[in-house]
Amino acid sequence: MSYYIDPHIHMISRVTDDYQRMAQCGCVAVSEPAFWAGFDRGSAEGFRDYFRHLVEVEPKRAAQFGIRHYCWLCINAKEAENVRLSREVIALIPEYLDRPNVLGIGEIGLNKNTRNEATIFQEHVDLAMKTDELVLIHTPHLEDKYKGTRMILDMLKNDRRVRPERVCVDHVEEHTVRHALDGGYWCGMTLYPTTKCTPERAADIIEMVGTDRIMVNSAGDWGKSNPLAVPEFIQEMKRRGHPDDVIRKVVHDNPLAFFRQSKRWPDDGKQENKSARKKAALA
Amino acid sequence: MTPLPAAEALDRYFLEARSKLLDLAAILDRIGRGSGAADTDSRVQRIRQALEVLQDGSGGRAERVQQVFSLEYDAGWQRPQPR
Repeated sequence: MSYYIDPHIHMISRVTDDYQRMAQCGCVAVSEPAFWAGFDRGSAEGFRDYFRHLVEVEPKRAAQFGIRHYCWLCINAKEAENVRLSREVIALIPEYLDRPNVLGIGEIGLNKNTRNEATIFQEHVDLAMKTDELVLIHTPHLEDKYKGTRMILDMLKNDRRVRPERVCVDHVEEHTVRHALDGGYWCGMTLYPTTKCTPERAADIIEMVGTDRIMVNSAGDWGKSNPLAVPEFIQEMKRRGHPDDVIRKVVHDNPLAFFRQSKRWPDDGKQENKSARKKAALA
Repeated sequence: MTPLPAAEALDRYFLEARSKLLDLAAILDRIGRGSGAADTDSRVQRIRQALEVLQDGSGGRAERVQQVFSLEYDAGWQRPQPR
């Protein structure tokens, strides 16, 4: 069996049976970014409850099937249009940054490429730089993707504290992948029906750009989506005759290499010192 | 990484290409059967531009079709200033 990691899936919106099926297909870990709930939340306390769900409930649900659950924290790009609420949410994120399954700040980004979204994106990046966190980036969908991705990369490049190897630009497609890779960032390709990429096109992209700093994910959520999209990609790559070690690199080793940069990664022996430095940076 | 040889890729994906072209043809027919006209809608014009990309013999068609359906990026856009 090919073991894999799904580095972007919204398990809060999936039934427990999905965890079981994913485990049966070889999933060993997932990472779940904070996202839009399907409605615009009315207060920062709503996010406090959501973050609690991500750091307490989902890890237990995943563990029933031998899957390790990790998460990211932020206010998503869609709700970032509300600047006042966004600043309240950003202010409470540090309360959760010492939880063991938190990987960093994400999925931050742009939705319709508005000025408010860009403002809050930069303030999230500022928090991530002050607390030395990994960053996971949501690039917009459909017609907004190219423009929004370029704007995001402009903002990242403008902040000298940003180290590209600690940032993953997600939902890349044919017209944005090279911009992200050339900038030294990690990339994620999202295998999601109609509005994003397919396993076949993802295999094409990897054949063109190689296997360094690139991953695939399902971004399974409330919409019509497939939590087994990564196994479908594995199957497509095998269908084309690509060797197992190449496939494993994309679906397992690359996500692991990116995640283990997190200061809270289990094999990090300096966790206590890094937590202390983070608290000093916020004082 | 070595892609499939052209002949093999054609063998494996011909039926899928045929199916997707049929779907597209059916969608265009469906638009055409409806009352009113959609010819001047920018989305129909983008579909036509995308079809032209498919027709030419050069590579990078997927990326160029993506650009047909993308908003333009202005390198001179103004970043918000930090608080």
